[in-house]
Amino acid sequence: MPSNTLALEATGISKTFGSVKANDQITLEVKKGKIHALLGENGAGKSTLVNILFGLYKADSGVVKVNGKAVELGRPKDAIDRGIGMVHQHFQLVPILTVAENIVLGNEPANKANVIDIENAKEKVRELAEKYQLEVDTEATVEDLPVGTQQRVEILRSLYRKADILILDEPTAVLTPQETDHLLQVLKKLASQGVAVIFITHKLREVLEVADEVTVMRNGQVVGSTTPSETDESGLAEMMVGRSVVLRVSKEASSPDETVLTVRNLSVKDDRKLLAVNDLSLEVRSGEIFGIAGVEGNGQRELVETITGLRNINAGEIFIGETSITEFSPRQISELGVAHIPEDREKHGLIGSHSVADNLILNRYYKSPFSNRGIRQQKAIASYAKEMVEKFDIRTPSIETPSSSLSGGNKQKAIAAREFSHNARLLVASQPTRGIDVGSIEFVHQQLIKQRDQGLAVLLVSAELDEILSLSDRIGVIYRGQLIVTANAADLDRNRIGRIMTTGSDIT
Amino acid sequence: MPIFAVALAIATGAIIIALSGSSPVDAYKALIEGSLSDSKSIGRTLEKATPLVMGGLAVAFAFKAGLFNIGGQGQLVFGALIAGAVGYGITGLPWIIHTPLALLAGAIAGAMWGAIPGILKASRGAHEVITTIMLNFVALNMTDWLASKVWREEGVIVRTPHIESSAEIPRWGELPTGFFLAVVIAFACWYLLRSTTFGFEIKSVGLNPNAASYAGISVKKIIIMTMSISGLLAALGGAIETQGVVGRYEPGFNAGLGFEGITIALLARTHPLAVIPAAVLIGAMEAGGSMMQFKADVSPEITDIIQALILIFVATPLVVRWFLSQKEANELSVSTTWGS
Repeated sequence: MPSNTLALEATGISKTFGSVKANDQITLEVKKGKIHALLGENGAGKSTLVNILFGLYKADSGVVKVNGKAVELGRPKDAIDRGIGMVHQHFQLVPILTVAENIVLGNEPANKANVIDIENAKEKVRELAEKYQLEVDTEATVEDLPVGTQQRVEILRSLYRKADILILDEPTAVLTPQETDHLLQVLKKLASQGVAVIFITHKLREVLEVADEVTVMRNGQVVGSTTPSETDESGLAEMMVGRSVVLRVSKEASSPDETVLTVRNLSVKDDRKLLAVNDLSLEVRSGEIFGIAGVEGNGQRELVETITGLRNINAGEIFIGETSITEFSPRQISELGVAHIPEDREKHGLIGSHSVADNLILNRYYKSPFSNRGIRQQKAIASYAKEMVEKFDIRTPSIETPSSSLSGGNKQKAIAAREFSHNARLLVASQPTRGIDVGSIEFVHQQLIKQRDQGLAVLLVSAELDEILSLSDRIGVIYRGQLIVTANAADLDRNRIGRIMTTGSDIT
Repeated sequence: MPIFAVALAIATGAIIIALSGSSPVDAYKALIEGSLSDSKSIGRTLEKATPLVMGGLAVAFAFKAGLFNIGGQGQLVFGALIAGAVGYGITGLPWIIHTPLALLAGAIAGAMWGAIPGILKASRGAHEVITTIMLNFVALNMTDWLASKVWREEGVIVRTPHIESSAEIPRWGELPTGFFLAVVIAFACWYLLRSTTFGFEIKSVGLNPNAASYAGISVKKIIIMTMSISGLLAALGGAIETQGVVGRYEPGFNAGLGFEGITIALLARTHPLAVIPAAVLIGAMEAGGSMMQFKADVSPEITDIIQALILIFVATPLVVRWFLSQKEANELSVSTTWGS
């Protein structure tokens, strides 16, 4: 198969939602056996484009050709019939069915009596998994599998339906670093077997690592195409954002002062009543950023929830300054000067149907000047919100807009604005830049350093090792609820941290 | 949207009336005559609407905190009985004290009754739909027992004695004063939800309990308080009914009234002020139903059918939208599935 023939060709694709031009004359050419990265900030129109290619949206204008033939993609079935497969950000699997059942669902092999032939299904899935070297346990129930494996099931399902064009919408957003590495290997393997891969992301490193070609989108338009050999991270970032971006924050050495957060021999159970944090101790001083590195699910969430009062302590103690907060409610802890950027901005950080203004005061709506004897002071709320929107450059049509209609980056900016303006002594920042665009990441990072320089104590939890390494003054590596190593950032390197967080051991 | 649903229901009702062999025009004329033609019929409409406003508010208010209060019936009969007991049992008070006292007693009884499912939910996670339904049965049997054993009037009929005149809510000409009280309470609910910190907390819990507790709001406290206020509103409807219309508590007199609150709240899309016109609409149908039978020989049950149709059309917006525009419905289903 000649590697430069086009698998998919989209020309002049436009799509308008209301007054927003989500796609404006997009042209995209994807070659067989190549990985084509679609890069762009949130809201650039990447998802709209691939939803059109998969038949979920109907383009207002434009032509899509598959293997050289113009096709009409009115619904996903049309796309599937033409060999297009898509792995969504939110998996479309049935949790209680097995891997094999999920993969054959909708196309089940049946015996003569028209009853599903599950042995045959398993066999077919096994063959497929072997061919593409995507190991899965065909009999495992999907809901018991880690996210990375579920994603593999999604990919296998597309391949089972004979997809030779595979679209992945931000596949690495939900993965741990190890799972990401594995996925990238899988994509390379698929490409080498002739599959055309369209890979949406806004992580530059991944693009440079696996992509053969890159198309960059901004504000609904294609702003350029390139290949990894012709560019580097800052070049790509500049194309994405439209200006030069500082990818690494510059910071002075920290000058830590008194201890603000003391965690002493803390043990916490998770929702399944299993020990998630196990006899963990740490201290964070004012004017320093303490980073917790680790693979997700090693107790970080439980640790953060306990410090902020959302989860009960099993054993041990937590102090803010001199005050033990063991029995404190979230409100009392907040009153002690603890700000919290939560891991899940949709679930904890914002009330989507509330206005941007109300979300900006969510941690002190009950205080003067926003409330006077229990009556909300709309004027004070509005003027404060306007000030914050301007100061933190939150892009919103108005302060009355429901926060759910903001882009991910602007949602995160709104949360950061609220928490940075808390007059806090301690900031607990959990995955503060997850899933947001490069420009917003730059902003949040600079703010974190600025607040640190003003004397804030920061506990930073992140699954992005780069983020931990570039921001932290001290780093603790967490593994199964314990800090295996705590050291100055300067004394730890990427490889050593990676080894500890995956094996729990510091021995080479 | 509810306006379209109402119009669609009335149109469908007209077809049903025509099929049953009567004239829809005459029937609807009679319906209006019986409910809105003069001050007397308007008075009857508002009288019917009053407990519906309160029941609608009860459901709508709880809904703002994400709670579904199906216990309106039980809360209402409790309020009606306790107001009746205080209304006849305490004598010698001037009306300016006795009337509000009886109302208050009924309201507090409802608040306490409403708090039970709130406490069960906050402490044990018991779903309020289940507990409020079960508590309806408890309330009905308890009030029956209290009315037949404890506070029973001498005689064969199971009911409480007539309340003192000092506890009666007077009429304002032909118009029931209780209705205006209900309107004031609707405005109070609207203001509370819109402009107070407490209302903000209730809405926050309803929209996103995780984020609410992250913001330091005690979700359990809000659940208990909201259920209790919801119970209070429904019970106040019962108390007004006792003191303004029936004059006593009589088991069976208020049957089903509490459940209509769900219809009203749904029709009003849980907006506290929209509850008022929704309740008046349903109240008018009930008031005019008998006139429709008398004048146009249409069974009064036809109004029940129209009510049910309204409910169906409100509850299934897509059906209505399909009637309005098929294209719009298609686009809606796509954009709700794949908003990104």
